[in-house]
Amino acid sequence: MGNGASLALPASAALADAEARVERRVGAAILELSSISLAFGGVRALSDVSFEVREHEIRAIIGPNGAGKSSMLNVINGVYRPQQGTITFRGVQRRDMVPHEAAAMGIARTFQNIALFKGMTVLDNIMTGRNLKMKASVVEQALWIGRARREELANRAKAEEIIDFLEIQHIRKTPVGRLPYGLQKRVELARALAAEPTLLLLDEPMAGMNVEEKQDMCRFILDVNEQYGTTIVLIEHDMGVVMDISDRVVVLDYGRKIGDGTPDDVRSNQAVIDAYLGVAR
Amino acid sequence: MTFFFEVLIGGLLSGVMYSLVALGFVLIYKASGVFNFAQGALVFLAALTFVGLKEQGLPFPLAIAVTLAVMIVVALLTERWVLRRLVNQPQISLFMATIGLTFFLEGLTQAVWGSNPRALELGITDQPIDWLLDRTGVVVSQFDLVAAVVAGVMVAALAVFFQKTRIGRGLRAVADDHQAAQSIGIPLQVIWAYVWAVAGFVALVSGLIWGARNGVQFALTFTALKALPVLILGGFESVPGAIVGGLIIGAAEKLAEVYLGPMVGGGIEGWVAYVIALLFLLVRPEGLFGERRIDRV
Amino acid sequence: MLYREAGQFKTSYAADQQIFPIRQDRIAVVAVLLVAFVAVPLVASQYWFSAILIPFLIFSLAAVGLNLLTGYAGQISLGTAAFMAVGAFAAYNLVLRIPGIPLLVAFVLAGGFAALVGAVFGLPSLRIKGFYLAVATLAAQFFVVWALVKFPWFSNHSTSGVITAQKMSLLGMELDTPREKYLLTLTIVVLMALAAKNLVRSNIGRAWMAVRDMDVAAEVIGFRLVSTKLIAFAVSSFYCGVAGALYAYAYLGTVEPEGFTLDLSFRILFMIIIGGIGSILGSFLGAAFIVLLPVVLNVAVHGANDVLQSAFSFSLPASLTSNLELMVFGGLIIFFLIVEPHGLARLWQIGKEKMRLWPFPH
Repeated sequence: MGNGASLALPASAALADAEARVERRVGAAILELSSISLAFGGVRALSDVSFEVREHEIRAIIGPNGAGKSSMLNVINGVYRPQQGTITFRGVQRRDMVPHEAAAMGIARTFQNIALFKGMTVLDNIMTGRNLKMKASVVEQALWIGRARREELANRAKAEEIIDFLEIQHIRKTPVGRLPYGLQKRVELARALAAEPTLLLLDEPMAGMNVEEKQDMCRFILDVNEQYGTTIVLIEHDMGVVMDISDRVVVLDYGRKIGDGTPDDVRSNQAVIDAYLGVAR
Repeated sequence: MTFFFEVLIGGLLSGVMYSLVALGFVLIYKASGVFNFAQGALVFLAALTFVGLKEQGLPFPLAIAVTLAVMIVVALLTERWVLRRLVNQPQISLFMATIGLTFFLEGLTQAVWGSNPRALELGITDQPIDWLLDRTGVVVSQFDLVAAVVAGVMVAALAVFFQKTRIGRGLRAVADDHQAAQSIGIPLQVIWAYVWAVAGFVALVSGLIWGARNGVQFALTFTALKALPVLILGGFESVPGAIVGGLIIGAAEKLAEVYLGPMVGGGIEGWVAYVIALLFLLVRPEGLFGERRIDRV
Repeated sequence: MLYREAGQFKTSYAADQQIFPIRQDRIAVVAVLLVAFVAVPLVASQYWFSAILIPFLIFSLAAVGLNLLTGYAGQISLGTAAFMAVGAFAAYNLVLRIPGIPLLVAFVLAGGFAALVGAVFGLPSLRIKGFYLAVATLAAQFFVVWALVKFPWFSNHSTSGVITAQKMSLLGMELDTPREKYLLTLTIVVLMALAAKNLVRSNIGRAWMAVRDMDVAAEVIGFRLVSTKLIAFAVSSFYCGVAGALYAYAYLGTVEPEGFTLDLSFRILFMIIIGGIGSILGSFLGAAFIVLLPVVLNVAVHGANDVLQSAFSFSLPASLTSNLELMVFGGLIIFFLIVEPHGLARLWQIGKEKMRLWPFPH
């Protein structure tokens, strides 16, 4: 299943999963993190963390607050530079990432505290996600001719596909600052999807949502993974969600990895229970 | 060699004058997080009010007292009408409001007292200190020395105030986070009123010294601008930084003018301070004594 | 009921992306342009052209430039006047030293020089933000003015750097009446404003707003901070440079470096604060306000003076007008920041929202 090869969205995006479910074929490792250590001044955020993420899978990162989960995502897409360790993405090994290079290589993400551009509408925010596809020069843009015009309209069409997919047509011209929290999170997901990423990093996508909103978000995440084959790494606290939708789980505690495996493995891992899960129910 | 020392000392002493103005900025920034562009206008207002009152015949001490009262009233009104309404706005809005305040105060001052340049007599002469001249051949004006001493005393007093007193701590809390300070019961408005009043007093002292040095005229408002490079070097929140920054900028400016100026035709005093500040910003944005900020994502 | 969008359905993205998607807006804009291009030249007096309309247009252009940099891209600049000075002196030197150069080419190249200078002084924005950046632009302001005075080549060795703009000629026609200068300025400003509107709704406009709103996220999405910021400085300075050239050629006729003061930079900043940060329309509204205010104040003070003179034989001091101007400016800035931080443009928008519902209350 080509990942991001086509956003040719079948009209059946919103139809029941039963009809559109495609077998997910989990492939080889697409992202490998090796002995990552990250410290801020005297604070060790991550210590010697290694794991890999396989293509087309949904990988969850869980752990108590302060375990270093967000820091891990920040390392993957270059917001933080680790002091030690390497990152290998699609076969290319490097010491660290630079954010816009990560974006160019097909990594997109959402943030824990919503990093939408508050001064712009929903549609504009999603269009920013398309910026890497727009090559027209400033002069062409000023004159609204040629490449600038074509690109703008073509990318508008793509953005609209995502708007349809995530069912946010009714708010496309609303300034994002006016939206309720749950919708803002959805818009942030839309912006990340707009880049047609190979790897999608989601930082607590369901935080602060009620049950219905969580169900919607789960559905969208699963759809993204099935429809476009996007590999997903997600940080999440809701264990029900994690167990339901993820293929494999990494557990962090105080910056160290204490568990790595399928949800069932992790659920019965004593170290994980002690540190985070509590008594297994 | 003597010439170099004279230039250096001249620079240091003019730096002291910058520091005086910078102190007013630091006070307000430290306590309310606002960069008060209007400090220069306050200096102007203080100087002109004092001179105007003396011209009306008031004796020196009374003129000082009345001017101080005027400064405090202006401070309180500013807090009540301007700052209070802008409590939660971003820093840049507050900055632009103080630019507006500058224009307003300039217009008001001149409307009341007229726009002719005036001289300000403080009774301290600008003559060289004789025993120094006799011993080392270096020319240092008595006036400059007095200014330096005054600045030193003020810095010491303010430093003690901020570190040791309860109000000082409250001020630092407010500078860090308005809402948090309010929520633990610190009376924001009272604190701000205090701070602006003290800044007004600092403006008065600066105004007297600058006015005596350069005459009281409209250009005094632009001393505010000269304080900016000082603050960048010293850090916006540091009282000792204002002094150190002022000394460095004052000395560097004079030395640059004398030694580098002739290479490009002179007149570089107007902008060399900014270029120094700019280079500094690229290397150490928080200043020599400032605090590093880390942004969390 | 006049301003409803009901019935205006867009059937293509191109239609939806128009600058003025609502039909009533389009009609209004066409009407305004007709008035500006046709009616005004027929009825306005010399005074109106030279003292009000032309400076209004020129300052609007500079305000648009500053708005692109500060309003859309979030980079504070106090050096606007310096970039205007570069434009003015560049145009002068181009016309002086390249005989036969077409006027518009000279203006475009002058803007180009201003853009270069702008990009250089914009380099600090790569490391510093907020009003530290304002300080860096102050360095630009003072340095440029000093350089233009210090190196006599710029002003063709005239005393204190004064230059007199050459006569303008376009397609063989001499442009020397106020009406002709007005039409030239109007055309240039309208075209450049249109270009600005195009920029802000395109990729670069979104890049600027993203960098303004949250630059870390912008980088993560793939925007290059360096080029986005430098392009902002360059484009903004281009606009200011052309405005500066027009300032010299179509307005004052004679300029000197010292005339491009910090005060002028502040004035243009005030225009965008009052008019609306992040709004092209706001730049025009703010410029109109700031250009008209001294005129209005002057009339008011003279009127009051006449009354006081005849009633009480008392006359106001001569400098009152200028001091009053300072006070009103300052007071208005504070007023707008408190009451409507998004300026006149937001008030305009609110007005339009009310118009949509009229005659219904909600």
